[in-house]
Amino acid sequence: MGSTSTIRRHARSIARFWSSSLAAEMEYQLNLLIEVAATLITLTGSLFTLSLFFGRGQQLGGWSWNAALVVLGIYTLLNGFSSTLLRPNLGNLVKQVQSGGLDFVLLKPMDSQIWLSLRTLSPWGLPEMVLGLALVVVGTIRSGAKPHTTALLTGGLMVLAGITILYSLWFVLAATSIWFVKIWNATEVLRSLLAAGQFPVSAYPPALRVVFSTILPVAFLTTVPAEAILGLASGGSLLAGLVLAGLSVVGSRALWRLALRHYTSASS
Amino acid sequence: MSQHPLRPLPSGRRSGRPALASALRIGRALFNSQYALMLEFRAEILLWALSGLLPLLMFSLWSGAPAGAAAGISPQAFSRYFLAAFVVRQFTVVWVVYAFEEDNLLGRLSPLLLQPLPLIWRYAAAHLAEQATRFPFVMVMVALFFWAVPEAVWIPSPTRLLLALLAAHLGFWLNFLLQHAITMLCFWSERASALERFLFMPYLFLSGMLAPLDLYPEAVRRFALLTPFPSMLYLPAQLASGGPIDALAGFRTVAVWLAVLIPINLLLWRAGVRRYAAMGG
Repeated sequence: MGSTSTIRRHARSIARFWSSSLAAEMEYQLNLLIEVAATLITLTGSLFTLSLFFGRGQQLGGWSWNAALVVLGIYTLLNGFSSTLLRPNLGNLVKQVQSGGLDFVLLKPMDSQIWLSLRTLSPWGLPEMVLGLALVVVGTIRSGAKPHTTALLTGGLMVLAGITILYSLWFVLAATSIWFVKIWNATEVLRSLLAAGQFPVSAYPPALRVVFSTILPVAFLTTVPAEAILGLASGGSLLAGLVLAGLSVVGSRALWRLALRHYTSASS
Repeated sequence: MSQHPLRPLPSGRRSGRPALASALRIGRALFNSQYALMLEFRAEILLWALSGLLPLLMFSLWSGAPAGAAAGISPQAFSRYFLAAFVVRQFTVVWVVYAFEEDNLLGRLSPLLLQPLPLIWRYAAAHLAEQATRFPFVMVMVALFFWAVPEAVWIPSPTRLLLALLAAHLGFWLNFLLQHAITMLCFWSERASALERFLFMPYLFLSGMLAPLDLYPEAVRRFALLTPFPSMLYLPAQLASGGPIDALAGFRTVAVWLAVLIPINLLLWRAGVRRYAAMGG
């Protein structure tokens, strides 16, 4: 098996996909202004909302204002990532199933999950990712955490794990459209529930904390990476995050295989 | 079209029946047909209802937050406020810009414009029918909330309840007219729905969905109360949950904004229809 050549072929295709989608999106440069404005307004509103929890030296679930900024920053970063890759591609997956266009995707000499997950790239989520990252940096510096290399590396690793989990959640939901054609509204439910990740998970009541660490792993999307960056994470939660990320990839892969076995095209 | 779109329909007068009875008959027929249509989309509407859980999430945060206790608002008051906010939100959600844009892009608008009925009433009926479809789902969710948070159970006084229902319904119309004004821009642009975000963002942060406005700094609160957004959520939610509220000032703001938005919508509608040239034309 020439697995390195397969990887190289996939990487080359994806680079072409992305440069062509970027070229197409550049036709709408006014969008950039709109996105930057929208991101700034949303971030201002989120910061204001967060600040309401921090009057007169109060804390939120044991988190200081500056540490909570890191959580919000990671949430913003992941939100930007969703608009850049997840929403355009997985929204397209649902459409392909409805229209029967999935048939042609399956015929391509490329892994169908990779094709469906990475076919387009929308640059309009990038301002949000940049601002999210900036907020992470500001929060980390202001909270007085010494920028340890290990902390930054584990933090980066946990953000990647969070991105992996987030991707799997979206992909699994989109893949179920093979059985339930009109699933797209369910992503609105997912999106609204993920909004919980704007706040440290310890701010929620115990019952919800359990939900957010297991069924809907919001904790591993924002809180655990933030803890890792600030050097506060316990080994157990780091390990749990990594295991969950691994499991979610395997799970999404297995579900996709199963879904394809049930796929009967649009007209049949 | 020489017939002015918002003038009472001529058919009632021609047959000698009073215009009001005719309008009622048309309204009932519109609502019933839209309700039958919405019932077909029950599953989708349930998912939409579920995607509005944000106020309950905020309740779970505020009930344990030291900042809430410091402001003198008890967990019980929070639970009632946010449950009321959740219910109000369910019945003030507006999506006219998306429906209109789709109808426009798919070319469904032309036959609808030929009917002797201003389009706005069709979309309004669709919204009201969707609310009726939502109703049982919302009631189940309220029951579940009361089961999970028994100390939240309360019965509002009849006056407050009536005022809250009125405020919520007026809030729906405010929201509807606000988005309808943006919808009219579909006559000029193919992607007017992108502008809806700029309505939703101030709505999210100023309506009181994330925190009762009483927790806002005084200056921000006063600014928020000048905008139409608290009328769509904070006012009805406070009325229903028994929180402190200047109802008179609240309803005055609603009246002012309705007086501003109705003529704007009329003007945009007239200018838009004159400009309409069908998709692909």
